[in-house]
Amino acid sequence: MSGDSLSKWLMIAWLLPLLGFVVEIFFGYYSRNPRRSKAAAWFAVGCIGTGFICSVIAFTQWCSMTGAFDGESGWLAARVHAHDADDNDADDNDADDNDADDNDAEHHDGHSGHDDGEAKGHDSDDSSPSDAAGAAEAPAEEEAASDEAAVLREGGHLLAVAEDEGDDHSHGHDGPKGEFSGVIYTLGTFGGITLSMDYYIDSLTLVMFMMVTLIATCIHLFAMGYMSDELTDDYVDHFAHTADGKHVHRPGRFYRFFAFLSLFCFAMLGLVLAGNIFQVFVFWELVGICSFLLIGFYTERKTASNAANKAFIMNRVGDFGFLIGLMVLLTYFGTFRFGDTKVDGEVVEQGLFSMVTRDATGNFVRDDITGEVLLTDTHGHALTEGGENRTIPYMLLVVAGLGVFAGCVGKSAQFPLQTWLPDAMEGPTPVSALVHSATMVAAGVYLTGRFFPMFVQEVLLTIAYIGCITLFMAATIAVVVTDIKKVLAYSTISQLGYMMLGLGVFGWGAGLFHLVTHAFFKSLMFLCSGSVIHGCHHEQEMPKMGGLLKKMPITAITMLVGVCAIAGFPLFLGLHFSGFHSKDAIVASALAFVNANPTHFLLFFLPLLTAGITAFYMFRLWFYTFWGKPRDQHLHDHAHESPWIMTVPLLILAPFAWLCAFGGEQGYLYVLITGNDPSHLHDGVQAVTTGGLTLPGHEAVHAVHSQAGWLAMIAAFSGALLAYLLYGVGIVDLDRMKAQLSKVHGFLLNKWHFDELYDSLFMKPAHKVAAFCAWFDKAVFDNIVHGFAKVGIVIAQWDRVFDEKVVDGFVNLLGDSTKSIGNSLKVVQTGRLRQYVMFIVLGVVTLFAFVFTTFPS
Amino acid sequence: MSDLNLYLYVGAFLFVCGVICMATKRNGIGVLMGVELVLNGANVNFVAFSRYSELKLDGQVFAVFVIVLAAAEAAVALAIALNFYNNHLTIDVDRGNKLKG
Repeated sequence: MSGDSLSKWLMIAWLLPLLGFVVEIFFGYYSRNPRRSKAAAWFAVGCIGTGFICSVIAFTQWCSMTGAFDGESGWLAARVHAHDADDNDADDNDADDNDADDNDAEHHDGHSGHDDGEAKGHDSDDSSPSDAAGAAEAPAEEEAASDEAAVLREGGHLLAVAEDEGDDHSHGHDGPKGEFSGVIYTLGTFGGITLSMDYYIDSLTLVMFMMVTLIATCIHLFAMGYMSDELTDDYVDHFAHTADGKHVHRPGRFYRFFAFLSLFCFAMLGLVLAGNIFQVFVFWELVGICSFLLIGFYTERKTASNAANKAFIMNRVGDFGFLIGLMVLLTYFGTFRFGDTKVDGEVVEQGLFSMVTRDATGNFVRDDITGEVLLTDTHGHALTEGGENRTIPYMLLVVAGLGVFAGCVGKSAQFPLQTWLPDAMEGPTPVSALVHSATMVAAGVYLTGRFFPMFVQEVLLTIAYIGCITLFMAATIAVVVTDIKKVLAYSTISQLGYMMLGLGVFGWGAGLFHLVTHAFFKSLMFLCSGSVIHGCHHEQEMPKMGGLLKKMPITAITMLVGVCAIAGFPLFLGLHFSGFHSKDAIVASALAFVNANPTHFLLFFLPLLTAGITAFYMFRLWFYTFWGKPRDQHLHDHAHESPWIMTVPLLILAPFAWLCAFGGEQGYLYVLITGNDPSHLHDGVQAVTTGGLTLPGHEAVHAVHSQAGWLAMIAAFSGALLAYLLYGVGIVDLDRMKAQLSKVHGFLLNKWHFDELYDSLFMKPAHKVAAFCAWFDKAVFDNIVHGFAKVGIVIAQWDRVFDEKVVDGFVNLLGDSTKSIGNSLKVVQTGRLRQYVMFIVLGVVTLFAFVFTTFPS
Repeated sequence: MSDLNLYLYVGAFLFVCGVICMATKRNGIGVLMGVELVLNGANVNFVAFSRYSELKLDGQVFAVFVIVLAAAEAAVALAIALNFYNNHLTIDVDRGNKLKG
């Protein structure tokens, strides 16, 4: 199997954190010695760090398998350069001068556009797997046949299938197919259903692996410093009080923190590696429980345990939808696998992704008569069963999509399940960093991206609107929040909304691009805030900070990098901050979508506005914290820069946050992520889908890219400028402004009253129902039970009388009569021997007399 | 046939004598002697009837067994009688009415 060694490396990377977890738990359990506890933590760091190295090795293997970097002719390099050529010709706003010499090479080749990449891909290493070759197989015909739909007769139904879909369903529109799927371990077979641990590896998996392991390594390192106060036998929790008002004293839980952190990474990596949707669900829940454990890490604090419960319960709401989706899928598709199961290159069992086919217009291939979606084989032909086409009702496909997305809504804290995420700030800051960048919330977006081929247009539109509402709402709340971590929490929700929006408007690459860039800069910012909190002795309120730039320069500067990245600032020489590229990509996708569907103008307008708000609140945070005069002199005096173990991760992450998206949509990261882009609409196609929506092709997105970029940039700069004027310079008295806008301020400060809404919508009715149930129990059930008990007593009393009189009487009668008979017979027993002999004689004589008279002779 | 009857009369006579002895004697030894008479009355019958059996011997074997039995019984009974005497200083069986109900 071609993906064997590849999957092995990834499995090592996946299982190492589990090993770390086991070692940590046992080590921590058996030793209370803080110093050894630290050694185990270093082991955990080593595990995840090695995991990163394994991921990188797997990545290089994947590259050589798919021929990504075969010099100039590798598909990846080729695509990057082809885009450059394109770009420079079109004189786009991106100026990637660094690649100038490469461009020249491309020009000599005389290629133009995207089929260049395919032709190159064809040259790729022949010893590499058939997948790679297979994908590049039909490059020539593909272009020609792409737009015309072939009409096939099959199973008595007329169906239109786009020919170019035939060979391979989910490869990128001009990238080679680099997906490997297989079985790790089969758990069992139940009838036609096989439950197994599968893997599904494509470029997205690899990018996620590298991203998660790298960020997790940094966070582990950071946590070594941040959590060091737990390295004691007597930890005093200043935020938790016992019943008599004293602080809680407890043994430090250093080992436990690292154990959970490792388990968290293990769960996330398992989720990314998972090859079937059920396996995803299992790890999904594992991620959920880890977040529960870590958010409630300071379990003595009431707020923390409440927050942990809230996160867990909110996620259950979404997971309920997820389960419904799973059931629909299993019923109609009969499999959970993503990819096809192959033996020697032959497909033996189809996966979910190849069973539905999008035609050139972006619609699923449907039965002409019933309108149900046809299940197809890998060549786009309808699957039949007993002469009938296998189909799934369109509505149920919508339900399945919405169900799976509901899970993502819960996990990624989208509207309306967003309220758990700000509360999750109760966990230690490294946890927040991990939850908010690489693991928990990323899982939702990742699954939405992974499951993209199965989403019909109605679902995608829902995703877009959910994302749109979320990003705006969260951003407005972030403007007024004063807790440094909560600002970041709301910005996370907002950015996740961006990703969902990007996915929803068919900008698959843009959404996941932002996922990766966001992971870097958000983890950076969270670690910075952790550093600030650590340096300020666990003070989180920004109004008490200020002027910390001189006290903690490294933190301040790296934080500034993160802030610029999330605000999406461009820079000279193409060294733009990563958020600039990814947010532009999303906004451009949204703009192209809105251009094609003017009724959905909000999908562009709100993200654009929010781009400004984002820049505003992020710079507000930075100015509030690091700029100006110290507002709390005592706090300021005691503030200090964090130790090296906490600043080094910041210094590692900062360049990534800045430059990971280098080159933008022509850069390596984007091209790599979109290597398996399932949302492939051909350039120039304006696809009309069933919902009356028009989907923009990549070209349409490209055409508005610079326009969207400029608009977003203006929004970002104006937001940042406003923040500088208000918080950097202080031209307006903020308190007066607050008073004037008290209504709005209060509304935002109360998080749009969502907690109150849910409280009155769910909690209060639940309490009412519970009270009613209690009353009903007492008034009705208790009485019934008591009645039964009383009847039982009466029956028992009657039974007693019966026993005593009748049963006992009978037995006594028997005994008494036996006794009296014995007494009366006693007199015969005289004890005289001779009398006995007489009796015998008389008896014998009588017997003889009787016998002889009765039977004479 | 008349031969047999004669034997049977003798046997019956012995038997009745024995029974009367048992019923009338108050002396324990006398009672035992009555028992012997009863047993020997039965023996006479056995021996007499054995003539008419196939082997002409089985009745006699029975008789031998009964004699052995009678000897054993006499031994046990005499031991009882001795003990009885030890306890009551007499062997009047009418005195041994402890088993009265």
